[in-house]
Amino acid sequence: MATKIGQSVWKFLDERFMLSALVAFGKKKTVPEHRRSFWYFFGGICLFLTGIQIATGIMLLLYYTPTVEGAHESVLFIMSGVKFGWLIRSVHSWTANLLIGLLFVHMFSTFFLKAYRKPRELTWISGFLLLVLFMAFGFSGYLLPWNELSYFATRVGTDIAASLPFIGPWLKTVILGGPEVGQATLSRFFWFHVALLPLAALALIGIHVYLVQTLGMSKPVGEKSTKEISFFPDFLYKDALGWTLILVIIGVLCVFLPWEIGPKADPLSSTPIGIKPEWYFTFMFTTLKLVPAHILSFEGEKLAILAFMTGGLLWLLVPVLDRRAAREARSPVFTWIGAALALYIVTMTIVTYTVPKL
Amino acid sequence: MNIRAIRLFAAAALFAPLLAFGQKNSCVECHSQLDDELKAPAAAFAGDIHAQFGLSCKDCHGGDPTQDDVDKAKDRSFKGAPSRQDVPQFCGGCHANVTAMRAFNPGLRTDQLSQYWTSRHGQRLKAGDTKAAVCTDCHGVHGIQTAKYPKSPTFPWNIPQTCGHCHADPEYMAAYKLPTNQLEDYKASVHADALYEKKDLSAPVCNDCHGNHGAFPPSVTSVAAVCRQCHASTGELFMKSPHKAAFDELGAGECEVCHGHHKILHPTTAMIGTDQAATCAECHDKGSVGYEVAAEFRSELDGFESGYRTAEGLLARAKSKGVEVSDAEFELQDVNTLLVSAKNLTHGLDRAEVAKAVTDGEKSLAEVRLAGEKALDEARFRRRGLAVTTALLALFGVALALKIRHMNRARRAKEGGGGSPS
Repeated sequence: MATKIGQSVWKFLDERFMLSALVAFGKKKTVPEHRRSFWYFFGGICLFLTGIQIATGIMLLLYYTPTVEGAHESVLFIMSGVKFGWLIRSVHSWTANLLIGLLFVHMFSTFFLKAYRKPRELTWISGFLLLVLFMAFGFSGYLLPWNELSYFATRVGTDIAASLPFIGPWLKTVILGGPEVGQATLSRFFWFHVALLPLAALALIGIHVYLVQTLGMSKPVGEKSTKEISFFPDFLYKDALGWTLILVIIGVLCVFLPWEIGPKADPLSSTPIGIKPEWYFTFMFTTLKLVPAHILSFEGEKLAILAFMTGGLLWLLVPVLDRRAAREARSPVFTWIGAALALYIVTMTIVTYTVPKL
Repeated sequence: MNIRAIRLFAAAALFAPLLAFGQKNSCVECHSQLDDELKAPAAAFAGDIHAQFGLSCKDCHGGDPTQDDVDKAKDRSFKGAPSRQDVPQFCGGCHANVTAMRAFNPGLRTDQLSQYWTSRHGQRLKAGDTKAAVCTDCHGVHGIQTAKYPKSPTFPWNIPQTCGHCHADPEYMAAYKLPTNQLEDYKASVHADALYEKKDLSAPVCNDCHGNHGAFPPSVTSVAAVCRQCHASTGELFMKSPHKAAFDELGAGECEVCHGHHKILHPTTAMIGTDQAATCAECHDKGSVGYEVAAEFRSELDGFESGYRTAEGLLARAKSKGVEVSDAEFELQDVNTLLVSAKNLTHGLDRAEVAKAVTDGEKSLAEVRLAGEKALDEARFRRRGLAVTTALLALFGVALALKIRHMNRARRAKEGGGGSPS
């Protein structure tokens, strides 16, 4: 009986959405299987976490109030007065952090496997832009609860932007919507977080996933294995196993370490000691703190910001720069550069949280 | 370049702020080349509040600083350093002169000198005791700072040490037959705790009770008035209580009889009651009404306080388990105010009033306790929910893993051309 109903539903949907064609595509599409194919799963996990973010974000919108007077109170209400509000908010916050961490893992694994080489240059570029977008999601979302830490971290962050040559002061005013972090900033960040960034992210995710589906997974340079498994259901089942594991991790984190709210921001109070941005910005933040005030006759901080921007641009253009990988040859120089960069990011992040009075 | 030139150059660099005024100051030039004691005034004066107002050596000591020759510099107007006995009048020359002070700091009082002569210090000095404190003993010499400057000896948290410099020195105070444990006692007090630990600059220090320039020990009749400057409601309750007449009759000093002086400890419920630690038992014998009231207050307050601690513990446990309890914490703060108020009411000795305050407080406390228990239930629910969800997800994961293994075997069998997997 149940099978009969299932078949009828399938038939109804298939006639309208041509699901058979999709299944056929999934079965026809293959994924290479070799000793490094483990890294392929990180893309799927990131997509899964993005889905969680969209779902929980939409739910939070039901109660969140984007005003200086009401933002902190509304988050407090979500955490204490709304049934399962604590879970939705904690899932949203923890998932955001896990997502950015896993995006970094996904990006570096792609880099080391040289998956950016022809014809996947645009997959790399769209992926890197997605990481930047998700960091912007993090920066804008951090301020929304309007607590002490996020308020002052935003002030520090936008002060850094203001030190950019030529456009700095203008950029700071555009980001803040005025000279100081206030209602205009909160409105702007909210608009960025729930309107502009999601639209941009969905468009980029669409392009990224389309490219992955049409071009398929890249095999590492020199990989001799010709083994392949079907995308559907073999690869998808393995992906689902990863999703299940990450769900358990998120659940444990939310129950045992629910995301804190902190005290409400008080613009008149002094900046708390040791204020720092979210962990994924700390490698840049600490660099700016450690860089000498002057390098030759240039301001050290400005030079460091320019170096980060140049570095980001070069990282984006890696598919063009790595000519050897494009010819399917090994490119150890790029591997070493990637390893040095990963080591730098990890070291600076650890330094931020372990060196007192930095 | 000779040594004198180097010294002059060093002195010029060191005292640049003074030289910046464009006025020659031979006092600084010479004194900075002298040894320790004679060099110190010149070095310290650069940071002196008087220098910041544009005053220089000659404004207090006279002389002509434009002259390089010592004899010419120390002309007929030169006053030199005053003797200890003359210091109050020396400083008062300007500080007690309204017209002179108006030019520099119109907001500053000019009654310090007249107050000083009313103080025990002033009276002793007038009587010829040069060991008595003069202006410079508390304010310093040549490096004088306003009381608003944290390093100044007259800044609130430095005052106990400033007074203690003499009053905690047994050798110095021996001739006066005064105790020297005041500083030590003060440091153990609730007031010192507020000052040093909570950094509350409004917490009382020596001069808040004894006065500063007119420093005098408060007498038995004025101690309560001193305490009431801050503890107004407590004082009012005491004045209405039967204790007032009884204390007056005994010639006892009100507040300090129970709370002591200098070493005024944090008032706890243990001070009330009939056991040995309670102050009430020192006067009230068993069987008296006072004894009965003390026992009643203690029992009521103990009940309230223990309920408060329980509620506080419940909220702390729920918070440590990640449940949001800030609303209940706010309510608990209100209950704490009610507890403090109930304790304060005991000064009025009105049984009905204390009982009412305790009952009202316990009503609010019940709500907080309920919120705490609910929060702990919520924490248990979350953990149970996580266990169930994890179990279901684990089951799903195992099923997926089995399915993947099954598919792998099927694929290998197909690739090897073998039969179907079992």
